[in-house]
Amino acid sequence: MRRDLLQLFYLVSAILFVMGLRGLSHPKTARRGMFLAELGMLLAIIGSLLHHEIIGYRWIAAGLVLGTAIGVPMAMWIPMTAVPQRTALSHSFGALAASLIGISEYYRHGAALGSVRVGVIGVEVMLGSLTFTGSLMAAGKLQGLIRGYPITWRGQNFSNLSILAAMLALIVALMFVPSSTAAFYSMVGLAFFFGVLFILPIGAADMPVVIALLNSYAGLTDAAMGFMLDNKIQIITGSLDGSSGFILSILMCRAMNRSITNVLFGAFGKVQDKPAELEGKKPIRQCSVEEAAELLGTSRSVVFVPGYGMAVSQAQHRVREVADMLKNKGVQVRYGIHAVAGRMPGHMNVLLAEVKVP
Amino acid sequence: MIDIGLIGDLYVFVLAGFLGYQVISRVSPLLHTPLMSATNAISGISLVGSLVVAGAGYNEISTLLGFVAVTCSTINVVGGFLITDRILKMFRAAGAGPAPGGGNAKGTASGSK
Repeated sequence: MRRDLLQLFYLVSAILFVMGLRGLSHPKTARRGMFLAELGMLLAIIGSLLHHEIIGYRWIAAGLVLGTAIGVPMAMWIPMTAVPQRTALSHSFGALAASLIGISEYYRHGAALGSVRVGVIGVEVMLGSLTFTGSLMAAGKLQGLIRGYPITWRGQNFSNLSILAAMLALIVALMFVPSSTAAFYSMVGLAFFFGVLFILPIGAADMPVVIALLNSYAGLTDAAMGFMLDNKIQIITGSLDGSSGFILSILMCRAMNRSITNVLFGAFGKVQDKPAELEGKKPIRQCSVEEAAELLGTSRSVVFVPGYGMAVSQAQHRVREVADMLKNKGVQVRYGIHAVAGRMPGHMNVLLAEVKVP
Repeated sequence: MIDIGLIGDLYVFVLAGFLGYQVISRVSPLLHTPLMSATNAISGISLVGSLVVAGAGYNEISTLLGFVAVTCSTINVVGGFLITDRILKMFRAAGAGPAPGGGNAKGTASGSK
């Protein structure tokens, strides 16, 4: 009876999540959509608290309080330019949670699990661990704690791929010998290591794609966790999340005229490609501030193309002021925003919205 | 060999993936940042699994790992939803007039007057 009730809670919250994401298709319905999603999350949590295996609420309450105490300040006082870092950091927390639960499941059941279940746990922990370190690296690069340019060395792609192959081989080995704890824990170690190596060769400018991809991994980790615990709501949300991250990264790569493999593995080729690309383009006219002002004043139509420079120098307020002055002169002002401008998809839109630019 | 529960889960996974594709494709590029923080927030659904592990008292290590996991995913949920709301609030204040079109995925100008 209690079990059925739990599943009903999960079903309702799954529907609420989907409706919430649907709300995001338009700015007007977006907030209502998010309210639905929040409600869904609340229901899922309340439902889980009714789970028949739970005997003590002490640790749960402590975790909830501590998490809220850390999460609220992180969300409330962070400047809008730092949203990408926060998101990356948040991904890493979620992934760490998933990875820890996977480890705990393996620790608890060990060899008693069937080979299929162990395989699922292996995949879950692998994804969780590499997303954890990968997201930490991405956040570090965006924050400037780690130098942003690509760090490469000879045979990098080869060594990364062999680590990946080794992890997969260990998981397969685990499926045949579920009791081999050494294989399990070395796989976990490799996964943490792989997350770092995976992000090192990717430059800070490509981070939007990486964050979206890590978002997708975080989703897949959730889904794998759902498989592991036989929990439908986690599979559904993980799957939604995974496809969202994946679509976003593909969209951004397309906007940059690059393939996703190029972004992830192309740190070498990129250096040589660039000069050739630039030569073909129109010359850029440089001018002084006065010239620019005069030019702007006399033109009839102006298009602002904001980039990360605006975000760094907090210039969105100035942009707004200039735009207002031009509008008063009867100049047509528009904004051209590239899909990957800034450090996150749609980042520029957010910054402009901060200063109430329509 | 493969138990029936896992196949059922696979059904759910694949269908939800398709649903996700359909829903996300419609999200306007204008809202990609809130979309990301929102999916980030709901990926904190790992909380529900963590809750059980933290509360079931299987053994000390599991409880400890569960506790850390509950903390981490709560950060995810709370932080994710709060910041999404903060971002969307700005859009609402801005979008009092006709809402911006948003442009398409190829990155053309999301023009408005």
